[in-house]
This record gives sequence, structure tokens and C-alpha cells, in this order.
Amino acid sequence: MNAAHAHDAHHDEHPSGMTRWLFTTNHKDIGRLYIGFSIIMFLVGGILAMLIRTELLKPQLLFSPELYNQIITVHGLVMVFAAVMPATTGLANYLIPMMIGAPDMALPRLNNWGFWLLPPAAVLLVMPFILMLFGIGNGAIDTGWTMYAPLSVQGGLGVDFAIFAVYLMGASSLLSSINIIVTIFNMRAPGMTMMKMPIFVWSWLITAFLLIAVFPPLVAGVTMLLADRHFGTHFFNAAGGGDPVLWEHLFWFFGHPEVYILLLPTTGIMPHILSTFSRKPVYGYKAQVYSFWAIGVLSVVVWAHHMFTSGMPVAAQLYFMYATMAISIPVAILFFCWFATIWQGSMTFETPMLFALGYIVLFGVGGLTGLILSDAVADQQYHNSYFLVAHFHYALFGGPVMGIIAATYYYLPKITGRMYNETLGKWHFWQTLIGFNLTFIPQFFLGIAGMPRRIPDYALQFAHLNMLSSVGAYILGSAQLLLVYNLIQVMRGVGKKATTQVWEGAQGLEFTLPSPPPYHTFETQPVIQ
Amino acid sequence: MPAATQSKGHYYVPKPSPYPVMLSGAIFLVAMGAVLEINALKAGPWSLLLGGVLFVYVLFHWFGNVVGESEGGVYHAWEDRSFRMGMVWFILSEIAFFAGLFGVLFYERNISVVSLASLSRTFTPYPGFTAAWPSAGPLGKPFSTVSPWGIPAINTLILLSSGVTVTWAHWGLKAGKRGTTIAGLALTVALGLMFLGFQAHEFYEAYTKLGLTLASGVYGATFFLLTGFHGLHVTIGVIMLSVILVRCIKGHFKPDQHFAFEAVSWYWHFVDVVWLLLFVFVYYL
Repeated sequence: MNAAHAHDAHHDEHPSGMTRWLFTTNHKDIGRLYIGFSIIMFLVGGILAMLIRTELLKPQLLFSPELYNQIITVHGLVMVFAAVMPATTGLANYLIPMMIGAPDMALPRLNNWGFWLLPPAAVLLVMPFILMLFGIGNGAIDTGWTMYAPLSVQGGLGVDFAIFAVYLMGASSLLSSINIIVTIFNMRAPGMTMMKMPIFVWSWLITAFLLIAVFPPLVAGVTMLLADRHFGTHFFNAAGGGDPVLWEHLFWFFGHPEVYILLLPTTGIMPHILSTFSRKPVYGYKAQVYSFWAIGVLSVVVWAHHMFTSGMPVAAQLYFMYATMAISIPVAILFFCWFATIWQGSMTFETPMLFALGYIVLFGVGGLTGLILSDAVADQQYHNSYFLVAHFHYALFGGPVMGIIAATYYYLPKITGRMYNETLGKWHFWQTLIGFNLTFIPQFFLGIAGMPRRIPDYALQFAHLNMLSSVGAYILGSAQLLLVYNLIQVMRGVGKKATTQVWEGAQGLEFTLPSPPPYHTFETQPVIQ
Repeated sequence: MPAATQSKGHYYVPKPSPYPVMLSGAIFLVAMGAVLEINALKAGPWSLLLGGVLFVYVLFHWFGNVVGESEGGVYHAWEDRSFRMGMVWFILSEIAFFAGLFGVLFYERNISVVSLASLSRTFTPYPGFTAAWPSAGPLGKPFSTVSPWGIPAINTLILLSSGVTVTWAHWGLKAGKRGTTIAGLALTVALGLMFLGFQAHEFYEAYTKLGLTLASGVYGATFFLLTGFHGLHVTIGVIMLSVILVRCIKGHFKPDQHFAFEAVSWYWHFVDVVWLLLFVFVYYL
């Protein structure tokens, strides 16, 4: 032992009250902060979604079109950057050190900084709404989350707030990605080779690579947007030789990999849950790892399939179409591995397993409708219609959000030491499944019938399907209150104590630790055989 | 696997620290101040000033804390490897950033200006516009470009020499020759400052004599975007080099353990390489 160890935060002692959370360097505390923040922002984004569906309940205007545009934009930005990304980052922070037998994340203070950049970013996004109440500015960003020029060049100060929020969220993502990569490369327990790592760790490694590759160009892009807005440049203005389509390239070079940044961590958590509740080992470990690599590499070379209607040479359209379709191969490999994992297993259907199976079905629909949209010819019809809205909600709610909820129920007993209310959990699942499908199946038909997105009012022939969709949204939204209630009950200590292994079939280092795990774990690393 | 199954000993996990959350607060104030300022709202400068002061205060204390830990012998080979990897991945993210900026340059030069000029005369609002590079766009004012063989060539020589001097300082540190290290670093800082001085002069000339400004079409905007961000990185590099210089004078670092020195020199070499690409693609071609 070394004298320097006296400086260490060795034992379970930690500051109490607010300072524990503000100053913490502990990966479990930071993980919990991320997850808590994400749940709050999920509710904020959810309330905005309810407002959208209330406006669309009947063909009439409740809000001004400007306010409606602000609501859909902030809904998108909040859900992507402040709800889903922090949730997967929180899971990474909490789980990766325990899964690989590390004492903590490699860079604990930067870890804390990475989290505490997010609440200010969320405040920046929402603040223009509040300023508008005091008569300052004309409200939040109203361009859609894609911030297309020239609309975003002309918008009010809400756009500037969003640009600076992107800076803060980008810094946060880069810090957490660097930290996760270094932790995985440098902090594994002796004997845990790369190909012995739990599959969730692999999925996050690829996610972190993607973030480091694609977030900086977006930062460059929003800087150019800021310059066009305030410093007289012509990056996105043809009068000075610029091009609004340049913004689309910069945005989607980030925006498409972003979909996989949201998705990959949950595809990594799936095999854990499926194998636990099937009581069978994960099928096709190597195939899944190689699929993550393939998805990661392909995802950065397909961005322009979002721009088929923006004007592009036919050769480029063909390339982006085929490259996009090629992604379905590694994704299908993941699906086959999941099916093979549960095949002939002795399955039980606890809440995490229900959400995991729901993930397979709903994300399957999202992926298959994505194939339809990737067809450059068909996309001329579907582009900017409600078909697209339904598709990406199947891909992003049916994928990441379902996966995150599954992971939440799966690890909740491990994190808190208490079992949640299983009956409520099952209600939550079925109400979510019914509400979700009722919301978004009608939107496929609305899109095919020609209803455009981002418009607050619509023609009378769309009325019935829209009302159905809004009723579904209310069912879906209220279902999430069951999750919140269940979480609060568990945090209050209601429910029976969880065992060390929690689930009968659970495997992995994190299930060798007590529930809840002590404040510091694996200060002496385990040796993996 | 004898090597892989050896325990790596104890990893240093720092105590709870107030600095990260304070730094976030400072950045929030700066961001909000910037938004208010560019929209000409009153509170802007105050928020910027307060945030800026807090930012510098926190950096000073946080880095002081880390330097104290480093000199106190808290870090060993295992922690050192984390720091190195962290710096490598940070520089990779910087490379992604500059790759994005160069991508913008290529897109404008080879795609957007060319296709703007090749539109059918029936459909284009700019019938007389022909593709050329540098371009001010159809409605931009004419300007002259900076000749690569004046200040840019001198600046290339300056930065390349500074890469040599920083390496010389590193050799000195590894050989335990403190005088060489300090001389090498001082020269590097001086060269960095010279570079920045020349660059500032070049920007001034561009604005006053050449008519090359941020507002003079895509070329001007991209020119200042690329050289400006590079100049910002040189500035940060000079600040970091100065800190390392002061630490060397104070007797910090050991011949076999000097992560901060190496991190700064990696960063400096990265800035150097970006300049070479700038010289070729922005000034020369």
C-alpha cells in the first residue's frame, strides 16, 4: 500500500445532501444522475408530445402555427438529446465499470463535468419559452429539430439558444464518449479480453466511436449557422456562393449516425435480458459484435438518404439507397441472434422480458418501414409525410425507448435493492404497447394518404385517423405515469428485497455484487478465467 | 496468460470535487451571455463577464488541484495510461472537427459553386455567374486573396520550427537537462506568439486592403472559418505551453513521468499538421 491512498475516497463515506450529487466522482452516483435527468426530460418531452396530439385531435387551430412549430421542435430536441442519450449514457456509467470489473470510470471528475453540462443545455433549450412570457424574443426554436437553412438562418433568438445548447450537449457527449472508451480500453479486470466483454460494453464502445467521429462536424455546422445569422457569412446562402443543401449534409452526417448512437446501446442490452429470461446463453456473441462494427461503419456513409428530395445526381441517389439497404444485413443478424437466444429457452415473462420482446416487434416494424423509405423512388412519395413520422417513432420509441425501459426494470432491483411492483409493470407494458400502436399505425395510413408533417391543421378527410392517433397518444402518455409511480415506490423502499442475482438466469459480474452494490466496487479487481 | 492476469494494483479515484459543476455553471453563463449579446439584450455582457471570470477561476483551481496530485505522487503507470488515451481520443475528436471544416471547403469549391454556375439560363436568378475559385458568389463584392508566399509561407516556417523546438525540449526533459527543456519551451512559446502576431496582421490587411472579409462570399467566410479556428487552437496551445513552461521552471515533471508535457506537445504537433493542410488547400491551391 502507498501513502498516497490516504487521499482516496476509499469507503462508503460520501458527502450528504446536495453536495453528494453536485460534487460526486462516483460512477454509480453519476449514472443515477443521468438516469434521473433523463426521466424528468422524458416527461417534459412527453408533455410536449401530448400538446402536439391535442392540437391534432380535431382539424382546427388551438395554438398559433408558430407556437406549434416550436412545440414539435423542442419535443424532438428534448427527446433525442436530453431524454434518450442521457439514459443510455447513464446506463453506461452505472453498468460498464461493474460489468468489466473496474473500480470506477477512468476519468471520474470529467465524468461529473459531462453530466453537469446537460441540465444547463436543457435550460437553454426551454428558456426562450419563458423569455417569451416576459415579452423578450418570439419563443423557442421553430425550425424542426433538423434546423434546415435558410429557415434557421432567419429564425429568432430561439435558434441561438438551440445552437448554444448543441455546443453544451456536444461537449457532454464527447466527454462521456472519451471516458467510456478509455475505461473500456484501460480498466478491464485482468483476464477480461475484448472478446470476453459483456455485449452491452461492446455496443457502447462502437457508440462512443461514432460520437467522436460525428458530433464535431455538427459543432462545425452550427458554428457556421451562427456565423450566417450574425456575422454576415454566406455558407448557406446562394447569393454569396453558398448552399442551403450544405447544411443538410452537415446535419445528416451527424443526424444519421445519431440514430445508431441512440439505438446501439439498447441493442447491446437486449441479449442480456433475452438470455436471462430464456435461461440460455447469448447466441452468436461474435456475430453480434461484428454486426455492431458493420452498423457503425455503414451508418456514417449513408446520410444523404435523408435528402433524396433535396436534389442530387442519380448516381449519388443510387449509392445512398444501396448503402442504406446494406445496413439491414447486420441489423437482421442481430435479430436472428436474438431469436436464436430465446429459441427453445425456458422463458418467463417478467416486465423486462415483455419490454424486450416488445422492442423486437416494434423496432422490427421501424426497421422494415425504413427499408421502404430508403428506396429513392418510393421516398419521393413518403418524404415529409406522416409515414416518416410513424417510421421514426417505431424506430426510436420502439427501439431505444422500449430498450431503455426494459433495462430500467431489469437493473432497478440491482440499483435500488428492491423489487418493483410486477403487476404495475405488466400493466405499464400492455398499456404502452396498445397506446403506442394506436398512436402510430394510423399515422402510416395518414402519410400514405398524403398528410404532410409539421403542419398544425389538416384537411377534413384526415380527421378520423388523427383522432384515433391522439387517443392512442393519451393512452401511451398516461401509461408512463405507471413507470414513474413504480420508480417512486421502489425509491421509497417499498417492495421485497432483491437478491444478489436478482433474476434466476442472470449472468455477469454485476450480478455477483450485492443489491444494491456498495458505493465503491472492485477496488481490488477480480480475475476473469 | 501470465501478463494479462497480473493485478494492476490500486487505481486512484479522486474525492468529490466542486470544480466540474462550477465549470458547467460558468459555461452556462457564457453561453447565455453570448446569446443575449448577439441579440443585443442588456444582460448579455454581464452574464459573459461573470461566466468568463468564473471560468478562469475554476480552470486555475481545477488544474492546480491536478498538478498538486501529480507532483504529490498520486498517479502511477495505470492512471497515466488513462490520461494518455484520453488525450489521444480528444485529439481524434478535434481531427473530426477540422475534417468537417475541410469537407465544407471541398463541397463549396467542387460542388456548390460549380452547380450554381451550371444551372440552365432559364431557371437561374444569376445568369452571368461563372464557376471559379476563389469565388465571392453571384452577388458578392470582388476581393483579392492572400498570397501564399508572403506571411503564410513565413508562418509555415515558424510553426515547423516550433515543432522542432518542442521536440528538442522533450529530449532535454527525458535526458534530465532542465536548461534545454526550458530554453526549448520558451522558444516554442515565442514562435507561437510570432505566428499569432503575423496571423493578426494578415487578417487586418485582408480586411483593410484586400477587401477579404467574413462577408465576402463563400471564399472569405471559409477562409476566416478555417484560419480563425486554427488560430484559436494555436492560442490555446500557446497558453498550455506557457503553463508547462512555468511548471518546468518550478521544477515539475520527471524524466520518465511527464504526461502534461507530452499531451501539450501532441496537441502542438496536431495544430502544426492542420496548418500544413491549411497552407496547401486554403492558401496555395
